[in-house]
Amino acid sequence: MSAHGHSEDGQDFAHPLPVPMLLAVFGALVFLTIVTVAQASFDFGKFDVAIVMGIATIKAGLVMAFFMHMAFDKPFNVVVFLSSFVFVGLFVIFTLSDAAMTSDSFEPKIDEVVPVVVEM
Amino acid sequence: MSTIEAGPETAHSADGHDHDHPSFLAHHFDTPEQQFDSGKLGIWLFLVTEILFFSGMFCAYAIFRMLRPDVFEGCSQFLNTKLGAINTGVLLFSSLTMAWAVRCSQVEDNKGLVGMLAATLSCAMIFLGVKAIEYSHKWEMGLLPAGLFVYDPANPHPPRPAPPEGPWAIFDPAYWTYLDYICAPFALIFVGVVIWLIYSLVTANKFHLAVAKPLTVASMCFFVGVGLGTILESGGSESHVGEHHAGEAHAAADDGHDHPDGETHESGEAVAAVIVEPNTNEILVVGDESGNKDETAVRQRLATDSTNSGIQSEIAARQRQSSVAGTSIVTEDAEITGAIEKVESEVLTARQAGVFFSIYYCMTGIHAIHILAGIAVLVWLLVRAVRHDFNRQYFGPVDYVGLYWHLVDLIWIYLFPLLYLIR
Repeated sequence: MSAHGHSEDGQDFAHPLPVPMLLAVFGALVFLTIVTVAQASFDFGKFDVAIVMGIATIKAGLVMAFFMHMAFDKPFNVVVFLSSFVFVGLFVIFTLSDAAMTSDSFEPKIDEVVPVVVEM
Repeated sequence: MSTIEAGPETAHSADGHDHDHPSFLAHHFDTPEQQFDSGKLGIWLFLVTEILFFSGMFCAYAIFRMLRPDVFEGCSQFLNTKLGAINTGVLLFSSLTMAWAVRCSQVEDNKGLVGMLAATLSCAMIFLGVKAIEYSHKWEMGLLPAGLFVYDPANPHPPRPAPPEGPWAIFDPAYWTYLDYICAPFALIFVGVVIWLIYSLVTANKFHLAVAKPLTVASMCFFVGVGLGTILESGGSESHVGEHHAGEAHAAADDGHDHPDGETHESGEAVAAVIVEPNTNEILVVGDESGNKDETAVRQRLATDSTNSGIQSEIAARQRQSSVAGTSIVTEDAEITGAIEKVESEVLTARQAGVFFSIYYCMTGIHAIHILAGIAVLVWLLVRAVRHDFNRQYFGPVDYVGLYWHLVDLIWIYLFPLLYLIR
């Protein structure tokens, strides 16, 4: 067969990322991991979760944009993938608000017997 | 372009339906680009289902953490941050090598592709090795999911039954630790791959040799991970500042410091109460044994004597426990000096810590299963890469597996701080 399997496409569709960019992203990810481990020993009160999740989201953004090639992908693929997070958000928010209103705990009732033992 | 001819089965015009179709192009696609884009949309949709699948577990985590933040703070002390951080690093590095592998396949650097895939596989195995240390250590301590949770703060490292004697004792299951059970399948795989490597060396089969060599390195890396985990586990016991009885404090316990948690409590009664707690739980988890109620009655009678302060405080502790629905048995006169001690003594009951560990094992376990699945597809890619299947017109499979691998990394990026880094 002839060697022009793709000649009618005009140009290659592969988009290889430069190695320095990959290494830079990896360096940033390792740096952010160190930051997130280091900040865990400080007490930021109720902001703890927000800070931790913020750093994790920056890391996730780096992985998605570069390693997963999303910054150079077709917009439709990006929309499809990011839309899943919208639904995750809806799911978690509604379930959490429901749990906050209706349940005091989801603990299994394995030591519910305690009062019986004491009261006798 | 040139490698298209280099492929072994490119001359595929035998069916004659399309003279211009390269071998890698399925006949229902017009161009390689169309084929690639279709596959890419498919893998993105699969990743969407994966995100939604994991969101169920993250939701369970969020609910339980919202309801009982103290349980998470207390139980997270049992997770070794060093091991978690090392695993994060290993997984990030494997993501780098995977992204690099995609690049190699796009620029037709076949040697680099095989090397990068082998590096990714090796990192995956190291990750599992470290995980094996983490899991087996927790199982030995009885830090198990709700229903199986038997951890006793007064005796964190229960002695194992004496191993059987004799030359064949090592084949006796009673001799085996949890770690041995986890390592056994990986050891079998390693031995199998080594036999394959030797066989392909003897028969001088170049293709088999080229596949077996990286696979040998990768399957050996599991034990590198086990070694790494062992070193970090034994070295890094008391890493938390102010943490008095580190969950991972192997060394301390082995030296015979089996003191209960309540050491820093000021009054003796509080110590007694804390010691009682696990027994109470144990009895109640086992069930309503007949001797139990009599014993309580006897104790209550004994407590009427004012000299029996120990039993009195025990009864007081039990009443207090029942009054707060089993959440706390630290008596009012106990002065608690550090926040961590207080949290630990409160949350280490089967019903609370057990739920934390259920969530922990569920999330990290399913993540580990995803790693195993990733290993399987990476081996498939490795074989195909050695076969020179990929070129710059056809690198889809590498790219798709790469996306999956990055998603697994993405999940871990969230799991690590959410589970290990709760102060």
